Amino acid sequence: MTHNKYLRNHRLTEEAPAPEAPKAAAPAGPAPKDAAPAAPARNACEPRTVAPDALRAELEALRAQGYDFLECLTGIDEEADGLGVIYHLCNTQTGSRTVLKATAEGRENPILPTASDLWDIANIYEREVYDFYGVKFAGHPDMRRIFMREDWVGYPFRKDDKTEENNPLRMDNEPLSDTTTQYNADGTTETHTIFGKDDYVVNIGPQHPSTHGVLHFRVALEGETIRKIDPVLGYIHRGIEKISEQLTYPQTLALTDRMDYLGAMQSRHALCMCIEQAMGVEVSDRVQVIRTIMDELQRIDSHILFFSCLCQDLGATTAFLYGFRDREKILDIFEETCGGRLILNYNTIGGVMADLHPNFQKRVKEFIPYMRRNLEEYFDIFCNNVIAHNRLDGVGVLSKEQCISFGCTGGTGRASGWHNDVRKLRPYAAYDRVTFNEAIRTEGDSYARLMIRMDEIRESLSIIEQLIDNIPEGPYQEKMKPIIKVPEGTYYSSVEASRGEFGVLLVSKGDKNPYRLHYRSTGLPLVAVMDTACRGNMLADLISIGGTVDYVVPDIDR
Amino acid sequence: MAMKHPKIKNIPYEEFKDNETFEELVAQLNAGGTNVIVRPLDDLINWGRSNSLWPLTFATSCCGIEFMAVCAARYDIARFGFEVTRNSPRQADVILVSGTITTKMAPVLRRLYDQMADPKYVVAIGGCAISGGPFTKSYHVVKGVDQIIPVDVYVPGCPPRPEAFLYGMMQLQRKVKAENFFGTTNKKQKDPYRDEMKQKGEELLKQAEQA
Repeated sequence: MTHNKYLRNHRLTEEAPAPEAPKAAAPAGPAPKDAAPAAPARNACEPRTVAPDALRAELEALRAQGYDFLECLTGIDEEADGLGVIYHLCNTQTGSRTVLKATAEGRENPILPTASDLWDIANIYEREVYDFYGVKFAGHPDMRRIFMREDWVGYPFRKDDKTEENNPLRMDNEPLSDTTTQYNADGTTETHTIFGKDDYVVNIGPQHPSTHGVLHFRVALEGETIRKIDPVLGYIHRGIEKISEQLTYPQTLALTDRMDYLGAMQSRHALCMCIEQAMGVEVSDRVQVIRTIMDELQRIDSHILFFSCLCQDLGATTAFLYGFRDREKILDIFEETCGGRLILNYNTIGGVMADLHPNFQKRVKEFIPYMRRNLEEYFDIFCNNVIAHNRLDGVGVLSKEQCISFGCTGGTGRASGWHNDVRKLRPYAAYDRVTFNEAIRTEGDSYARLMIRMDEIRESLSIIEQLIDNIPEGPYQEKMKPIIKVPEGTYYSSVEASRGEFGVLLVSKGDKNPYRLHYRSTGLPLVAVMDTACRGNMLADLISIGGTVDYVVPDIDR
Repeated sequence: MAMKHPKIKNIPYEEFKDNETFEELVAQLNAGGTNVIVRPLDDLINWGRSNSLWPLTFATSCCGIEFMAVCAARYDIARFGFEVTRNSPRQADVILVSGTITTKMAPVLRRLYDQMADPKYVVAIGGCAISGGPFTKSYHVVKGVDQIIPVDVYVPGCPPRPEAFLYGMMQLQRKVKAENFFGTTNKKQKDPYRDEMKQKGEELLKQAEQA
């Protein structure tokens, strides 16, 4: 590519044909539909209330019935009623789902039974609820804070917490405890140590180039073999869920892009879809198709970056440059239509921010064969390389059961043979009108996780190819009222983001801002599984395992 | 031998914004005259320093991905001598604070800055590092990285475009060129914690003795 051509790519407005007169926000479209619909919203999930005493028995019964996937475990402050916890459970065999809720009494010492021995992921989810709301889980072996510093005062997500007053900026080094507390139902406490007496503990992070962000692992070693990993999170915890409670619905959208910035389109799609379905707004076919294409472009973008960073971490710098070369092509396409490269702010409630750029179809059609050709290069330079095989084959093997128990959705789960693609299970947007294969492998090792991403790039290209010539006409934005109010209720919507199921749990009290907004982070389960995946492997393998499970830290910490 | 306008590769002097601040810096430098021998040596060393600023690989969120794009083929930060990203703060000249700094990260960032060898520079990249950006309402975000460490150049944007990264780095190059290396910049910074740590150590010793 010559220098001039490169420059031309950037002078978008000069070269592009003059856009048609903007279609004024669809005046011909249907009348505003934000009145509460008579039928319950498509994504309503009113939880079944369970008494705290009966909760443990109920959870055990559900686990025995085959509810093996704990999708979400969300804390909620019910003010006068106490502090609640909402469980989203899913049976991966039958696909049936159920939602439970239990409310702990009192604000001084709220206590609920643990589920950490039933689902592995509950361990880390319960620590999150303890950190945010102060709900103690009886029988949980490791009740420490997970995002906040250990000397943090108060519980920031409580509605009556004086967070700013109690917590000035502390510039002393954070304390890291070696012991942890277990609270029991009978009021007694037990103290456990996190590492053994003879363990040799190495800190990796929070400033380390291969942790892909500010993540801190405390790794216990035996020689070079990993015995245990204790992740310390929260170095980029911004409290997005809490900030959202003070924002209006259109304002909350802006923050979704900044969680998983490699799944910006999909995260925002999930939130828009959740609000639209809750309000009973139907977006036009055009919007559905545009969103689908954008989601898939974003997925390719993310997987290319995954490949580049993995190569960089393993020392293949050339492959990193190859990946970024192709990624820029996608960013060009995004930039023309959305105006942004990384943070796109494209989806809105009821549509998208702007209609497609006149060059969009042309550029995408150029991109598809270009990417197919270059994908072969990725195999030549890295994937078929003997070094890549040596570093990745049989490293960090996860079984299907482990993936389900840890809730590792996305490519990591699919590499172990778990069919968890939300696009197939609960089709949304335009995914029901395209044919594509769910990428599945059964080896469960790092190489399979790499291959899943390569397969998915191919599938995404094929999805885009099917849609790009068939973008229906229609308004790109439904007419919405200036102040958006979601009818009272609990709603959950999820999409297949770049690295797994990204869910939005919205609890509305009918106001113009959400009462509680919870995002099912795609990365938190992936960090939780690191301990299991790395045990018995070499310290150097931690880098390749961490690279292939593919977490994005701002998405974990939110 | 007064300090003249330094030449920055690829950008003519007039095309820089905010030349007034820069001219103030130059005026300060030239106040009281300059040494005929030392100044040319300074210029020579600053020419070398400004064209080989080694950044620390430090990124907390989105801006870090844009930084990777700047390092990659299209924007190619290597054209200006910034490509040697160092993973250790001891080998880095400049820290690009790209991303939100939370209160939990603040002491870590401060420590990284303290670990860097003088002369060292800080570039605050993106809205979050400048003022907290979209997260100013958060309970866990530092509202501006300049509360913790001194900042030389601010690059606004969310995230800034790669061109903005490069422009910010060139502003930093100008700043480096308008410095007296000998006698000022190369002087060892007094360790701000030395006295404090000494006191703490003595106290601990006393306590140990008493026990």
